[in-house]
Amino acid sequence: MAQPTDRKYSRTHEWAMLAGDVVTVGITQFAQEQLGDVVFVELPAAGGAVEAGKACGTIESVKAVSEILSPVTGEVVEANAALEGRPELVNQDPFGEGWLVRVKVGTGALDHLMDAAAYEAFLAEEGH
Amino acid sequence: MHRYLAGSDDRRRMLERIGCTSVEELFASIPAEVRCGPLELPPGRSEEEVRREFWGLAGRNLTTECAACFLGAGVYWHVQPAVVDALLWRGELFTAYTPYQPEVSQGTLQAIFEFQTFVCQLTEMDVANASMYDGATAVVEAALLARRVLPARNRVVLAATLHPDSKAVLRTYAEAQGIELTEVRWDEAGRLEAGSLTDALGPDVCAVIVQSPNVFGVIEDLQAVGAAAKGAGALAVHAVAEATSLGILAPGGRFGFDVVCGELQAFGIPASFGGPLLGFFAVRQNHLRQMPGRLVGETVDVDGRRAFVLTLSTREQHIRRAKATSNICTNHGLMALAATIVLSLLGKKGVREVGVASHSLAEYVKSGIRAQRRDDGRGVRLAFDGSPTYNEFLVLHDDPDGLLAQMQREGILGGVATPALDGALPRGVLIALTERNTKEECDRLLEALRRLA
Repeated sequence: MAQPTDRKYSRTHEWAMLAGDVVTVGITQFAQEQLGDVVFVELPAAGGAVEAGKACGTIESVKAVSEILSPVTGEVVEANAALEGRPELVNQDPFGEGWLVRVKVGTGALDHLMDAAAYEAFLAEEGH
Repeated sequence: MHRYLAGSDDRRRMLERIGCTSVEELFASIPAEVRCGPLELPPGRSEEEVRREFWGLAGRNLTTECAACFLGAGVYWHVQPAVVDALLWRGELFTAYTPYQPEVSQGTLQAIFEFQTFVCQLTEMDVANASMYDGATAVVEAALLARRVLPARNRVVLAATLHPDSKAVLRTYAEAQGIELTEVRWDEAGRLEAGSLTDALGPDVCAVIVQSPNVFGVIEDLQAVGAAAKGAGALAVHAVAEATSLGILAPGGRFGFDVVCGELQAFGIPASFGGPLLGFFAVRQNHLRQMPGRLVGETVDVDGRRAFVLTLSTREQHIRRAKATSNICTNHGLMALAATIVLSLLGKKGVREVGVASHSLAEYVKSGIRAQRRDDGRGVRLAFDGSPTYNEFLVLHDDPDGLLAQMQREGILGGVATPALDGALPRGVLIALTERNTKEECDRLLEALRRLA
């Protein structure tokens, strides 16, 4: 499974893509497959603070409710409003239209994350 | 005839087996000074003799069935149709529990679905859960929901006229959860004092809880309280202690309240030593995912037939453990079923009739008490005359317990003394009326008050 190389990845299967000083955050293809059909996404409001590795929202699928762990530290500038009416976008296009939040970050905010190759190796190591 | 007592033959064989010759020898190691002396018990009696003895004792009880009953203060004595028990006791339905493999019990789920529908109709809210333990815990859950919805706000403003049980349970939870509580006092009309409410509000308030009719039976201005709460960005919660009031009074749902919750015992649950009770909880659609408790939803099965499921249970304890929305993982299934049966029997018209009858009888007694007013300082008088009430009201009296004891000797359960409820309430008696009371009983009550108070 090829991972997009324009972004970085966390060990809890979130991705983070930097543009200027704003990072777009989502969950990976692997994560959405594990969750199953997503029925509801709860996201932080704009203006709120998020911290790398800490819960910043929840994703509810038909199987379970899981926490979204923010891959970066910063201030939320936008939550994906489209998910309110169409949570299935997370399943259909996790790397695109199914993004979750945009976070304004400082320099080096993505340094602790894996690149696509490392994430792929991590998945293989985990037995996926 | 003696039953179920081990015979001397059994005892002898057991002693033999362990190598003792007598019971005395078995206990020989216990020092005499710590032994109990001979018990002064009457000789054994037959089952029939015991039955007769206890029926004799039971006959001396004064019950709500044989007395003129005006008890209320949170538990109300409405008509209990015989069909309720006849249906409840059916083996298919007789369980207090929501099943853990719920979808195999379509009948139970359908009954709960109907219950939720009734609660939504009574409260004019979007969603209701499968029920809660009682009104007091429902009020607490409303406060907890408000804090989940507004996590940055940590203070709950409540009317001092909330039922004392609700306040007590709320204090217990608030202390453990670190929630700050501010009570708003009542004014001379027995209603939430508007100025004090405004003063109590602030950017740290997540909920305003008001009970209507309140602990005095007085109907609050829900529209004003709801608007004040909204103005401060807090959730508005309407607590209901007497659910039949919803038959004729506008619920919080009509005034944009976020939560309408409380006690549903008045519909179908007998007043038996104060319990079991039946909590209900209804919210606006936007708070659905923060609502505590179980929720039954309607769907279709593989063949397209109407079917019911437990929905949104992925947020509950058995799946989310410590991160569950609430620790309420069940409901009061059997009591909810009783209420559902009664509400089905009554229908929209019947619910209204119960409300009208209860209110009219209360107004009859109130006008009788007004007419008794004396100048010598004796007698009872209405505490908040001029304020609208539903089926319950407070009369002031210096010795409510003495007055009630005297009436009880005449077969009248005249009401509930306020000092027993909460020492901060004005001293007197809460008198409640329901459609079950007769005009003759009301006249007896008025006559007794005139003579004894």
